[in-house]
Amino acid sequence: MTATYTPSEMMTVTAARSLPNGAVCFVGIGLPSEAANLARLTHAPDVVLIYESGTIQTKPNVLPLSIGDGELCETALTTVSVPEMFRYWLQGGKVDVGFLGAAQVDRFGNLNTTVIGPYDAPKTRLPGGGGAPEIATSSKEVFITLKHSKRTFVDNPDFVTSVGYGRDGKAREKYKVIGKGPTRVITDLCIMAPEEGTNELIVTSIHPGVSREQIIEATGWAIRFADSVAETAEPSEQELSILRELKARTAAFHAASGA
Amino acid sequence: MAKFMSLHDAISTYVKDGDTVALEGFTHLIPFAAGHEIIRQQKKDLTLVRMTPDLIYDQMIGMGCASKLIFSWGGNPGVGSLHRLRDALEHNWPHSLETIEHSHAAMANAYEAGAAGLPLAVLRGYQGSELPKINPYIRSITCPFTGEELAAIPSIRVDVGIVHAQKADRQGNVLIEGIVGVQKEVVLGAKHAIVTVEEIVDDLNNHPNATVLPAWVIDAVVEAPRGAYPSYAYGYYERDNSFYKEWDAIARDREAFLAWINDNVLNVQG
Repeated sequence: MTATYTPSEMMTVTAARSLPNGAVCFVGIGLPSEAANLARLTHAPDVVLIYESGTIQTKPNVLPLSIGDGELCETALTTVSVPEMFRYWLQGGKVDVGFLGAAQVDRFGNLNTTVIGPYDAPKTRLPGGGGAPEIATSSKEVFITLKHSKRTFVDNPDFVTSVGYGRDGKAREKYKVIGKGPTRVITDLCIMAPEEGTNELIVTSIHPGVSREQIIEATGWAIRFADSVAETAEPSEQELSILRELKARTAAFHAASGA
Repeated sequence: MAKFMSLHDAISTYVKDGDTVALEGFTHLIPFAAGHEIIRQQKKDLTLVRMTPDLIYDQMIGMGCASKLIFSWGGNPGVGSLHRLRDALEHNWPHSLETIEHSHAAMANAYEAGAAGLPLAVLRGYQGSELPKINPYIRSITCPFTGEELAAIPSIRVDVGIVHAQKADRQGNVLIEGIVGVQKEVVLGAKHAIVTVEEIVDDLNNHPNATVLPAWVIDAVVEAPRGAYPSYAYGYYERDNSFYKEWDAIARDREAFLAWINDNVLNVQG
């Protein structure tokens, strides 16, 4: 039976399915947070969610607007200081998956969240790195999720804030201690993974109803496809209803907050 | 030893034009009341340090208090841009703003090194990032034992550290609960520390391992109820997420911003 769903829902459900039950996940705010919590509420009840505000093993009932909402602290197993979070828990090697969004990603999974245009004379100043530069390197692997367009999937970005595989695809070879890097990119059109040998992102799975032309058109470089491309499984009714309930609870909560 | 002071007197005594000042609090317990008093006293040429500038530095930058910003993530969390910060960086309004930009991990390490009295912080950071190309304070150091190359940055030791907390007792000892951020590190690494609190109580009634700042590491304790609003104080009030969303429209427009500051900061008693 085919459920009706939006491309955004398809993206969130697919991103959620990537997280194995029991994984320790360092969660970025926004789309990664939505996907990670959907995973926790569906197939991965024992996933451990960590946010950079210091909240460990948190189980928010509604999605946080900020990385440090009270909801995250109140539902966490424990809350540690921010230096402890980055030093012991992230740098110390306790994180299986870093789950990141970004303003821009390039063909080697490098993320730009710093600037569009020259750094000293920005066309658009973006918020900056935050936790991402070290989440990208100290997590055992990295998942990236963002909407697919020519504005987000760019060739030769103006800045690399957080490394994927570097501008030449080989950056990780230089470092003695570093995680695997991005192993999966989930968009509203498809799933990509780094090609063995080159580390260039290639399409490995296409969402139902999406054409190759759409993906080519929405990507800022000449995107390539794996020899064998899968069709991504559709969201189930259960996944969709849990996601929609989560988003409705979240909207109601934030509309009423601050009283 | 901490003195109980009015907000006005604490800021006028300790914050001087040209100082390096950190108002910290990671999303939680952001010292808005203290920042507003700095705006009212028209402090100038400050080097502002904060991991997430948030609305409070957007307001201080927009009012021309800062000549330099040291930061690691300059957005409105979950909403978008800090438009006053962007206007300063993109159009030099109200004047130019020098920036020193880090990652969260680096700043957290730098605060910790400051508290520990060290000149630098060492971390496994910035691998493959281009931030070291635009920030000359990000250098590297080789581990003498393993040969691993690690990132090195200067520790953060500010002239004035300002944090907000839930409670002080009548001796001026302070209890911080919930997301404790880098508050302890800022205070211990600062030449002078000001702590604003929700309330002053007879007994902190804390657990043995709670985050407590003894009165003798603090210069001024100020009672400032709702002093972290529109951020929040765990146990007292929630984050006003609606206001964070409304700020986007206010801060986008220079006139709307100035009118808001006039009504909500300048014409309000501290």
